[in-house]
Amino acid sequence: MAQDMQTKATGARLDQGDSRVRHDTGLSGALRGFVDRVSSGDLGMLPVVVGLVLISVVFSLLNPVFLAPANLVNVLFDAAAVGFIALGVVCVLLLGEIDLSIGSMSGLSSAIIGVLWINTGLPLAVAIAGSLAMGALVGVVYGVLRNKFEMPSFVATLSGLLALLGLQLYILGPTGSINLPFSSPLVRFGQILIMPAWLSYLVAILPGVLIVIGAVRTNAQRTAANLSSPGISIAIAKAAVLTLGLVFAVYYLELSRGVPWMFGVFVMFVVLLDYALVRTQWGRSMFAVGGNAEAARRSGINVQRIRMSAFMVCSTFAALGGVFAAARLASASQQAGSGDVNLNAIAAAVIGGTSLFGGRGSAWSALLGVLVIMAISNGLTLLNLSSSLRYMITGGVLAVAVIVDSLARRSRASHGRA
Amino acid sequence: MEQASAAHAPGELILRLRGVGKKFGAVTALEDIDLDVHAGEVVALVGDNGAGKSTLVKVLAGVHQPTSGTIEVQGKAVTLDTPGKALELGIATVFQDLALCENLDVVANLFLGHEISPWRMDEVQMEVRAWTLLQELAARIPSVREPIASLSGGQRQTVAIARSLLLEPQIIMLDEPTAALGVAQTAEVLNLIERVRARGHGVILISHNMEDVRAVADRIVVLRLGKNNGVYTAETSHQELVAAITGANENAVSRRAARKLEEVDQG
Repeated sequence: MAQDMQTKATGARLDQGDSRVRHDTGLSGALRGFVDRVSSGDLGMLPVVVGLVLISVVFSLLNPVFLAPANLVNVLFDAAAVGFIALGVVCVLLLGEIDLSIGSMSGLSSAIIGVLWINTGLPLAVAIAGSLAMGALVGVVYGVLRNKFEMPSFVATLSGLLALLGLQLYILGPTGSINLPFSSPLVRFGQILIMPAWLSYLVAILPGVLIVIGAVRTNAQRTAANLSSPGISIAIAKAAVLTLGLVFAVYYLELSRGVPWMFGVFVMFVVLLDYALVRTQWGRSMFAVGGNAEAARRSGINVQRIRMSAFMVCSTFAALGGVFAAARLASASQQAGSGDVNLNAIAAAVIGGTSLFGGRGSAWSALLGVLVIMAISNGLTLLNLSSSLRYMITGGVLAVAVIVDSLARRSRASHGRA
Repeated sequence: MEQASAAHAPGELILRLRGVGKKFGAVTALEDIDLDVHAGEVVALVGDNGAGKSTLVKVLAGVHQPTSGTIEVQGKAVTLDTPGKALELGIATVFQDLALCENLDVVANLFLGHEISPWRMDEVQMEVRAWTLLQELAARIPSVREPIASLSGGQRQTVAIARSLLLEPQIIMLDEPTAALGVAQTAEVLNLIERVRARGHGVILISHNMEDVRAVADRIVVLRLGKNNGVYTAETSHQELVAAITGANENAVSRRAARKLEEVDQG
C-alpha cells in the first residue's frame, strides 16, 4: 500500500495522464478488473476452474475412488501424452488454423518408435529423433499446402489424417502391434518413474517465488521509466494462493506415488512454449497473424513462415505425444492415436481457453484443458461406462466448450474487446 | 531503421518526381507526373475517381513500379521496387484500411514486426517509447495496454499514424485518413497531421474532402485523368478547385449550385 501512496505523491505517471481511464491499483483494483473482464466475456481460466470443481464433485459423489491420490497420479500419467498434442494444437488454433491429423501423427510416431527401436534395433534416441523429424516434415507439408496452394488447413489435415493412418498401418506391417520391453527406460519413464519428493516440492514453490521476483523487478523497471507500477501486493497474493495450491497438490499426490516425471516434463514444455508465445517476437507474430493476417503482412511479418512454423510445432508436438503414448502403453499398435485422441487434444486446447477463431489463447490452456478432459475420461472409466457412452459425453463436452468460446467472443466484441 | 531521420531543415526538398508515368497494358493511369514534397510540408493530392491518386500512392509505396520518369529522394534517384524498399528510404504509408491487429494492444501494434529485443521483448521500453510518441502527437489514447478493439475510429487512425512514425520516415502518405470519421475525430486527425508536419516530416494527404484538404494543406496538387492539372493553395476558391478537379467550369457541382441558387431565388 505504501507503493500506492508513493505513486500518488510523485504525480502523474507517463501512462496515467488520461483521466478517462480507471487505474486499478492494489488487491481491490485487481479484483474489480477481474470481474470487469469476466462480465465482458474475457473468461480466461474461469471455465476450467469451474469445470474441474464440477467434475470433482460429480465424479467423487458417484465413485469416491476418483479423488483418491493413487487415481489422480494415474490421471497425470495419462495426461502427458494428450497434453503434448494439445500444446501443438494451441499453436495452430492461435493462427485460426486447425490440424485434424494430430491423432494419426501421434500414432505414426509411436509406430516409428516401435519399428526403428525394436524391429530395426536402432538406439532409442535415434528412434525418437526419427519420429520427431517425421512430425516436423509433416508440418512442412501442411505449411506448403496452406501457403503455396491456399488449401484450407481443415482439408489438408483431414487428408493427412487418412494418409498418416495408412502409413502407420503400413510400417507396422501384418502383425499390427509391437510390444516395448517393460524394463526399458522409455516404458519405465511412461509407467513408473516419479519425481523425488524434494524436487516436486521445490517445483511447487518455484512459480510463486518467480512471480514475486518478477513483479519486484518489473515494478522497479516501470518506476524507473516513469510508468505506473501495479504494486507487488497482487503478485504476493497470487503467489501465495498458487504456492499453497501447488504444495497441497504435491502433498496429496505424495500420499500415493507422487508426481510422474512424464507430467513434469510436459509442464516444462508448457512453460517453454508460454515463454516463446508471450516474450518473443515469434510469439507476438503468431498472435498478430491470428488476429489479422493482412495487418501482420503489412507490418513486415513473413506470414507464410509463421504459418509454416505453427504447423511444424504442432506436428512435432503430436509426434512427441505419440512417443509418450507409446511409453505409457508399452506398445506401438494400430490402435495408437485412433479413436478419441484427436478430439481430446483439440477439446483440451479449447476448454483451456484457446479460441478456435484465432488470435487468442495460451500455452497454459493445453495444461488446464487436458486436466479437465482426462478427469472426465478417467471418471467415466471408473464408472465402468462403455466407450460408446464415453465418446458421446466427450463429444458433448467439446460442443459445450466451443459454445462457451463463441458466446464469449460475441460478448467481447460487444464490449470492445477483441 | 533509424538512418532516415526526420530532422530536416523545414523546406528542404525530400521527394521529387519528374515525368512519372504508369501504364497498365493499353491504359495510361499516370502520365508525366511532377511532384515535389518538402520537409515540414503537407501536400494534398486531390482528384476525381480515376484521376490516378491511388496509382501514384502505390508507386510511391513501392507496390507498383512506374513505367517512365524518375523518383528522387533527397536528390538521389531511387527505384522503389518493393514496399520494404520504400519504407527503408523513409516513405511510410497509412492505407485506408488501417490494418491493425484488433486482438493486440496499442504497444504491440505500434511495434509489430519491429519489437525491441526479439528473443526477450522489452515491454517496459516499448511502452515508454509508445507513450513518448503518442504524447508528442498529443494523441488522446486512454491506455496503451487496451486491445485495439476497444478504441474508436479516430483513435485507431491515431495508432496507425503513430505506427508509421515509429520508424522515423521522411515522408508519410495518408490515404483518405478522415473518410470514415465523425466531425470531432476528423478534427483530431487534422490536428495530428499538423503535428506530424511540425515534427519536420513531409506529409502527402490524399482526400476527397475539400474542407479537410484546405484546412491543413500547404499546397494542393490536382490530378486529372492521370495528369498534373495545376498546383493550388488553401486560399484558392472552392469553385476554382472543383473546376480543376473536374476539368471544366461547367460541371455537375457548379450546375447543382446554380440550380440551388435558382430555387432560393424563386422561393
